[in-house]
Amino acid sequence: MKFTLGWLKEHLETDASLDEITDRLTMIGLELEGVEDKARDLAAFTVAHVVSAEKHPDADRLRVCIVDTGTEQVQVICGAPNARTGMKGVFAPAGTTIPGTGLHLKKSKIRGVESNGMLCSEREMGLSDDHEGIIDLPEDAPVGQPFAQWLGLDDPVIDIAITPNRQDCLGVHGVARDLAASGIGTLKPFDATPIAGTFESPIKWQRDLPADAQDACPMVVGRTFRNVKNGPSPDWLQRRLLAIGLRPISALVDITNFVTYDLGRPLHVFDADKLSGKDLVMRFAKKGETILALDGKTYELDDGMTVIADDRAVHGIGGIMGGEETGCTEGTTNVFLEVALFDTVRTAATGRTLGIESDARYRFERGVDPESALWGAEVAARLVQEFCGGEASELTIAGEMPDWHHHVDYRPSRMRTLGGVDVPDDEQRRILGALGFEVFGKGDKWQASAPSWRRDVTREVDLIEDVARIHGYDNIPAVSLSLDGALPPVAVTPAQRRRRQARRTLAARGLDEAVTWSFLNRGAAELFGGGQDQLILLNPISADLDAMRPSILPNLIQAAQRNANRGEADGALFEVGPQYADASPDGQDIVAAGVRMGMSGPRHWAGKPRAADVFDAKADALAALDAAGAPVANLQITGDAPGWYHPGRSGTLRLGANVLAWFGEAHPRVLAALDAKGPVAAFEIFLDRVPEPRRKGGKKRPLLEPAPYPAVARDFAFVLDADVPADKVVRAAATADKALVRNVDVFDLYEGEGIGDGKKSLAISVTLQSADRTLTDAEIDAVADKIVAAIAKQTGGALRG
Amino acid sequence: MGFTIAEGPDIESDWYNFTALNIPPDHPARQMHDTFYLPGQDGEANPVLRTHTSPVQIRYMEKNPPPVRILVPGRTYRSDSDMTHTPMFHQFEGLVIDESTHMGHLKGCLIDFCRAYFEVDDVPVRFRPSHFPFTEPSAEVDIGCIRDGGDLRIGKGDDWLEILGCGMVHPKVLENCGIDSEKYQGFAFGVGCERIAMLKYGIPDLRTFFDADLRWLRHYGFVPLDVPSMTGGLSA
Repeated sequence: MKFTLGWLKEHLETDASLDEITDRLTMIGLELEGVEDKARDLAAFTVAHVVSAEKHPDADRLRVCIVDTGTEQVQVICGAPNARTGMKGVFAPAGTTIPGTGLHLKKSKIRGVESNGMLCSEREMGLSDDHEGIIDLPEDAPVGQPFAQWLGLDDPVIDIAITPNRQDCLGVHGVARDLAASGIGTLKPFDATPIAGTFESPIKWQRDLPADAQDACPMVVGRTFRNVKNGPSPDWLQRRLLAIGLRPISALVDITNFVTYDLGRPLHVFDADKLSGKDLVMRFAKKGETILALDGKTYELDDGMTVIADDRAVHGIGGIMGGEETGCTEGTTNVFLEVALFDTVRTAATGRTLGIESDARYRFERGVDPESALWGAEVAARLVQEFCGGEASELTIAGEMPDWHHHVDYRPSRMRTLGGVDVPDDEQRRILGALGFEVFGKGDKWQASAPSWRRDVTREVDLIEDVARIHGYDNIPAVSLSLDGALPPVAVTPAQRRRRQARRTLAARGLDEAVTWSFLNRGAAELFGGGQDQLILLNPISADLDAMRPSILPNLIQAAQRNANRGEADGALFEVGPQYADASPDGQDIVAAGVRMGMSGPRHWAGKPRAADVFDAKADALAALDAAGAPVANLQITGDAPGWYHPGRSGTLRLGANVLAWFGEAHPRVLAALDAKGPVAAFEIFLDRVPEPRRKGGKKRPLLEPAPYPAVARDFAFVLDADVPADKVVRAAATADKALVRNVDVFDLYEGEGIGDGKKSLAISVTLQSADRTLTDAEIDAVADKIVAAIAKQTGGALRG
Repeated sequence: MGFTIAEGPDIESDWYNFTALNIPPDHPARQMHDTFYLPGQDGEANPVLRTHTSPVQIRYMEKNPPPVRILVPGRTYRSDSDMTHTPMFHQFEGLVIDESTHMGHLKGCLIDFCRAYFEVDDVPVRFRPSHFPFTEPSAEVDIGCIRDGGDLRIGKGDDWLEILGCGMVHPKVLENCGIDSEKYQGFAFGVGCERIAMLKYGIPDLRTFFDADLRWLRHYGFVPLDVPSMTGGLSA
């Protein structure tokens, strides 16, 4: 909401400076968006008289000018072709920064002659692109006057943001009221004395609204003006409209815009001669009716939109915009004025449906002071008569003034207990009074009767806010939050702690953590088991981001590919974040997912890098699960994984039916669909499925009894059917003698010649150790036999000969 | 300060994201939220991608009686994209409810936070009246800054930077959670995580947070095992 300082002072008697006013606006909740103060920006530039302009002795194009600034005569070198003796121009002394060029003026010698300033062109002043010559002012321009003042640009423009609850400040008068309440001046009343009509309005208002929608337009007031002369509005009014970015059109139209911004009261004027002459009706539109609106566009109306119509056509969209065909023009002599009340919800809905933004809609959808329906007709009439003459009719009124009176209970002690600041009762009473409330009651039981312009105030806390902001949030003493007890509560849940551990572990393993969108394109979602209708956004920001992600992997694969395209071919990324199985609150899972693309590392003398593979993914998944507290030693590994993994190079980590992670190489078909080059090793860990530790508090451990007896390792190689999982062999060995087998590792795999078709050879290393004695050869052989027997029984494997 | 972490879903119902937070269907604030919608069931309002972390206030208070002292980090969504807006970003929400917390505590808590987070001991913090449907009185918080050409430094200066919104929890919000608003009161605040990171670390473009460019991640990232704490130091 824009206005000028001079305009504000029409409503506020104050000596406060511009800075004081703008600071105060911000601190009472009318946030300053900006100030444009040409007088300040151009303060150094004054009207000056060129006493003489002689040719420079050493330069044909330059002139040596003696300039009278009003306080002294200075010598200036000027290169403008139009500089001449006797002219009036705009002078900038040395030390000034020229706004149009950014040049900082210094006292200098030009071709040996001293120059103490500059005569400026319009471009140098930042006023236009004209650089043909210096500004040539009329003879009567007073020497020494600030140039901005001479131009009439000395009224600073203030722009403030109005929060949606403060419709009363969508007019300058309301802003002045708030400022006055804050003690920065005195509010001046505006003149709304009724103007007696001299005749009966030939056009009358009618309301024809359904019984259950009387509030669409509870009241409308109007009057006719005849024999007016429409022309340009006065200079002061045009200047104000221009200052806030509105184009002056004609006195009648300018009055409606002015009253909208001045008092927050939208108005509309019809050219009465263009109406049918019959009464005007407030009614709902019929579907399919159309109107050519003042913005030059034709709108098709729908049922339930409030319109203004006569017996011939629709002439206005209620609360939003008037019609072009019945608008006032230069030639208008008879005028009908509309001063209506429209409800907020319908106005907003109609405006949204039709896509019309207007100053009227902006105010009506927030709620206009109902009393303004009556005083608005008087204020407007006074301006019409002042600018355009003519005669005003009596008022025509349809509907009734809605009962806006209400009061709110208020306890002044709440300023201390909720506002955190002591404000004396008298001061609280003064503030509420200055904002227009009538305050009754005593002690801690007050009632405040709200003024017609404060429909937003409905409960005590609204009044607390008003008193607090006018008193000043700065005056509330800050109090640090204190803790009850010595120890703060544990901030994170076990699940959140697990995520943190997984993150740090993956980052420490050389993967970079990324955060990618929660959405992706539907095609990519479908590759990963997603893309269900319920997870497709109705209004995506782009078609590429229309589906909630069923997995984090597609985003990471694409991100890794983007990095590869930028020259980082072997990127490794992970993300810990949500994925979505359905739209319910439980359909969201927190997953740690990661990808390694390309090779395991750069070329190296000690070993050749290899392509990222299933074992990289498995190792990452196991490390992260371990960090997250999963019992990794007890996990089963199975060869199944979803379709986006390579069927032969992937697996699942699980506790029975509970799947904790998938890992493997990405399926080439999926990579191709995502425009990514392989290989990509990927994993997805379902952190929320990791069982929570049972114990709470400090973990008490059993006594550690390290065995002093030596450990021995024995290697075995078994010939097995090729499809027997290694995990099964390891388990068989590990459980063959639980007391003595400490550890089992796979160290070799061979398939091919000498083994037989469909067979493989798997070599394991078994570590044996007893807690209470050194094992004898006989004991070791006995365990070895047990292991061979267990493996033979459980996997069908035979010791390799 | 005794906060614990609470979380909630990204896909929210209209009730939790708006109505329970005192943003009824016709409220103009709804239009300002640039909400993403998902297909709904017949006769029910469409689910939305939460536009703020505030719905977790409701979910938490429904299950946990006061006193409440929670922080809610999470993903939030608005349909907007330019240098300072992305369709997804992160917020963290603070909520304190008990029988006596007032605006002085709100100021104290946030001033302490700003000084610790920006690691500027005397950074000026200004509370400006504002309006949010779910708090009243409401405020926006600015911190002092010094602008020097294109450079921006946080600290005592002649300019202000808006960093967060806050206020005393609206009694209607407490009532919507079945809490007696005559007995309990408190404050809430919401901070844009990327926004304050951009300010602290001088990152010009919000979109770069979500691009997963390794050069960016390594440039602005942190050492994974260097855990910031109030006593151990916040910055490496």
